[in-house]
Amino acid sequence: MWIAYKTIVIKEVRRFIRIWIQTIVPPVITTSLYLLIFGGLMGGRIGQMQGINYIDFIVPGIILMTVIMQSYANTVSSFFMTKYNNSFEELLVSTTPNWIILLGFVSGGMARGFCVGLAVTFTISFFVEIETYSLLIIAATFLLTSIMFALAGFINAVFARTFDDISIIPNFVLLPLTYLGGMFYSIDILPSFWKALSAFNPIYYMMDAFRLGFLGVGSVELWKAFLVPLSMIIILALTANALLNRGVSIKTE
Amino acid sequence: MPLALSTENLAKTYSNNLEALKGINLRVEKGDFFALLGSNGAGKTTAIGIISGLLKSSSGEVEINGLNQKNHSNEVKKMIGLMPQEFNFNPHEPNIEILINQAGYFGIPRKDAKIQADVLLKKMELWDRRFDVAQSLSGGMKRRLMLARALMHKPTILILDEPTAGVDVEIRQSMWQYLTQLNNDGMTIILTTHYLEEAESLCRNIAILNNGELVEQSNMKRLLARAKRQVIIIDTVEKISGPIEISDCDCEVIDENTLQVSQGEGISISDVVASLLDQNIHVSHLRSSQNRLEALFLSLTS
Repeated sequence: MWIAYKTIVIKEVRRFIRIWIQTIVPPVITTSLYLLIFGGLMGGRIGQMQGINYIDFIVPGIILMTVIMQSYANTVSSFFMTKYNNSFEELLVSTTPNWIILLGFVSGGMARGFCVGLAVTFTISFFVEIETYSLLIIAATFLLTSIMFALAGFINAVFARTFDDISIIPNFVLLPLTYLGGMFYSIDILPSFWKALSAFNPIYYMMDAFRLGFLGVGSVELWKAFLVPLSMIIILALTANALLNRGVSIKTE
Repeated sequence: MPLALSTENLAKTYSNNLEALKGINLRVEKGDFFALLGSNGAGKTTAIGIISGLLKSSSGEVEINGLNQKNHSNEVKKMIGLMPQEFNFNPHEPNIEILINQAGYFGIPRKDAKIQADVLLKKMELWDRRFDVAQSLSGGMKRRLMLARALMHKPTILILDEPTAGVDVEIRQSMWQYLTQLNNDGMTIILTTHYLEEAESLCRNIAILNNGELVEQSNMKRLLARAKRQVIIIDTVEKISGPIEISDCDCEVIDENTLQVSQGEGISISDVVASLLDQNIHVSHLRSSQNRLEALFLSLTS
């Protein structure tokens, strides 16, 4: 099983490295633009957020957004393509158990989230001096976030029938939730209604924990910030595994 | 002879209510070269899909080398190598990686998989293209790549769904030779093909599916012996001036130098040639107008 897992992960990593122009370069360019516009040009006028310079305040959010989008994008596109070109049959006829297939694809998503997140962090370091408050919190938040969104991407791919179906969720759900999860602002500045609504956005908790890891400031208790994604991971993992076991959209009924 | 594959009332009804298989009982002996024939939509690919684990059956059982497929899923999968009809690999992946990954999915370490991949790539004459991506290969090369992939985990039963479709004559001959060699080495091979001469020359036993039902399961020689009438086309040296009569045969003059003879039961080709000679007609060339298996196939499936 370990060999099968390793095989899937190696295949996934090679895949996103092979198409680095599509997977690594665009987020790096987007990040540079975010920092230039929101940090460099507008940041000075905005001043401080939670007692932190605005350009420093948005850095954790930009990195986490990259991790979210890339982890999701890797599993959704890779798994959908295996369905599209029928190469998933290579796994179906093999002895690889479904949970290893899931674990392999999720690990591939995490690897891409990590690699692109690292590339983005490196790019940011040219604009800002990056501080770290707790590497442990940063690592834990990265792990939980990338696992959760890689799983979500996998489930999206299971149900996707066309290429449009794999871009709807990232564009119309993930991106708005990321922006509204406190990427560019502190939830504390919102009116009470919107603040209460933000509590239903899981990205808000991850964003807060990630920012705590970098800057030492946060609005949510740490245990709660970890519990939310952890619960989501359990639900998503069980759902994804059940879908695979039932052969939804991979075995003709 | 022990069985490599047996199915018991294997049935499949798709969600659109299409009854692709209506309870078939297949028997394939160990070491056999077995032809599974049927016209398009007969249920061959569905049967293969269920046997290899790609599809769920609606009812019935499959046993591979005496093991129930449902109860011994992993052991059964290890015994089967599948070369499907449609290309089903990532076209952007290098050919050698496709092979090594397939072995990895069966738990074979990368180092061992590399050795096996090298052997098979050379055998399939794909060695020079091993680092190219699969989409750059020709149709025939892709088929050979899929055959190599099916053999990566050293299965004991090889299932080939239209293995030589789109493959040129030369490569087809070499594939036949290789498959015969695998079979001689003890591998059970189940072949579906539309080239009936391929099935006739390679396979010892045969099953014919029609509309999801097994209409024939027999030894190839016994089945061919049932082809009572054979139609032959005869080119003559002399021009044919009038009607030709050969006892117990139906003769039809196609043109002044060509004759079609439908051989009657018990009439040999020598009898036909001798009869023509009696009528001062020399045979320059003769050929079968229709493959015997093809004639039987059509009679069983029409």
